[in-house]
Amino acid sequence: MKINVKNVARLANLPVSIDEEKKFEKQLEETLTYIENLNEVDTTEVKPADNVTGLTNITREDIVEPSLSQEEALRNTKSTHRGFFKVKGILDAK
Amino acid sequence: MLNRLSVKQVKNGLKEKRFSSLEVTKACLDAIRKTDEKLHSFVTVSEEEALRDAKNADEKISKGEDAPLQGIPLAIKDNFLTKGIRTTASSKILDEFMPTYDATVVLKLKDAGMVILGKTNMDAWAHGSSTETSDYGATRNPWDISKLPGGSSGGSAAAVAAHQTIAAIGSETAGSIRQPASWCGVVGLKPTYGRVSRYGIVAMGSSLDSAGPITKTVEDSALILSVLAGKDPKDATTSPLKLKLKIESDIKGLRIGVSPQYFINGIDPEVESGVKNAVKTFKELGAEIKELELFDPNYAIDVYTIIQRSEVSSNLARYDGIRFGKDRSYFGEEAKRRIMLGTYALSSGYYDQYYNKAQKVRAIIIEDFRKAFEKVDVIIAPTSPSLPLPVGSTKDSSMFGELADVLVEPSSIAGLSGINIPVGFSSSGLPIGAQIIGPQFQENAILGFAKSFEENTQNAAWRKNEPSFTEVSKGKPNL
Repeated sequence: MKINVKNVARLANLPVSIDEEKKFEKQLEETLTYIENLNEVDTTEVKPADNVTGLTNITREDIVEPSLSQEEALRNTKSTHRGFFKVKGILDAK
Repeated sequence: MLNRLSVKQVKNGLKEKRFSSLEVTKACLDAIRKTDEKLHSFVTVSEEEALRDAKNADEKISKGEDAPLQGIPLAIKDNFLTKGIRTTASSKILDEFMPTYDATVVLKLKDAGMVILGKTNMDAWAHGSSTETSDYGATRNPWDISKLPGGSSGGSAAAVAAHQTIAAIGSETAGSIRQPASWCGVVGLKPTYGRVSRYGIVAMGSSLDSAGPITKTVEDSALILSVLAGKDPKDATTSPLKLKLKIESDIKGLRIGVSPQYFINGIDPEVESGVKNAVKTFKELGAEIKELELFDPNYAIDVYTIIQRSEVSSNLARYDGIRFGKDRSYFGEEAKRRIMLGTYALSSGYYDQYYNKAQKVRAIIIEDFRKAFEKVDVIIAPTSPSLPLPVGSTKDSSMFGELADVLVEPSSIAGLSGINIPVGFSSSGLPIGAQIIGPQFQENAILGFAKSFEENTQNAAWRKNEPSFTEVSKGKPNL
């Protein structure tokens, strides 16, 4: 099983050095090989389990409650502008 | 020596005014000061908050105000958000993260009167079974500090075993409460998925994450579960079923399933005999032992690896370094590996081959347990196939956690309840644990079996063993 680490790292938005790329390629391929034995299990008649709780359509009352203040919401960011989160531009990003 | 007491003993002592919460709290803080340089169970010790909470509790007790955990010092795994106390999930990305709200579990414990001692070490993001992948350094096993405590809740388990705290809170995705409890010789309860709210826990595998207590006794485990359990509007997976705690330690006539598939190839012979002896004890207590064929737990490794990595890649996508935390270059190797495998498994063209296939086998595992619980009340098995492994064992083994957790993964995948109980020690003085697995929402059953074993082995010689806090035996790191 071949894995293109550079491409996957790009999809995951992870910075990966060239050294890491080689190492991860080997390790991830080992893992993929390991899990291949799942193909031994016949699942032709099986529906996937997407939930173990058996609960469906759980809703709650839509009641306005006190929430974080602007100051609290911004407490853990380093980069603010006039009381807002400051983010990088995305429209001109490559 | 007040730090050595159980939750129940502290409760009784406070009630009878034999000591104050402040005295118990100070005894725990002293124990942390004396032993944590060796063990490193804590990422953050919140001494100031602990002393404040203890004084408040003493005041309430003097006014006759009662609460289930009034004045009881607890340690909380560092992936539970604690308002005003740094929460890192043992990752440098969250090195400076100061939560502005409490996890539901923390809020419930505060309402119940706990004293918070601090935040315990874990594998970074809970990715692991060793507490060795923490960005803040490994936690050591108090029984032999050349060994690992297990993980990912290794700090919580080590802190309880070393009497640095009265009890602790951990979280489990697959094994992260039961396995460190086994390696540290304490009681670790993984409640049914949906029994306890996940709100405010740093998310890992969202379809698996469960929070629960790590304690010195089974009774303490039940008491803390009763505080944690319940529906939370902030977590839609929490069950509306109410926990009606009723622990019956009379197990006469109840049926225990023992599966040969869980005594896997390569299992440590002392673990095998320790668990089989525990089964014998249950038989003597009147339980009926039935041999049970279960779906090969080795396939659960594959299912878990795919589901967990996929959910991790999605959950850790939120760490953009904008609203909180540092940017993605601060992820450690293990997190990077998991994010990338998950990203790959979910990427276009591979979804059916991996994620969908894993969810199908998951359905088979769920059905396999459903049928098993038509024949038996609980299943008993080793928690870990090995004794605590030497520090350094995870190096260069990207599947370490999955292999260490092979026996706890199937029940986690099926969302069942399970508990680790100490059942003895190896000749080298390391703890051996057995797990009791029950159906969904049958915590009463597993706690009953656990209590029955505990009561009937109370006078066993091994119950008097004490953690050494030294290096006992060196061994080669392997699995």
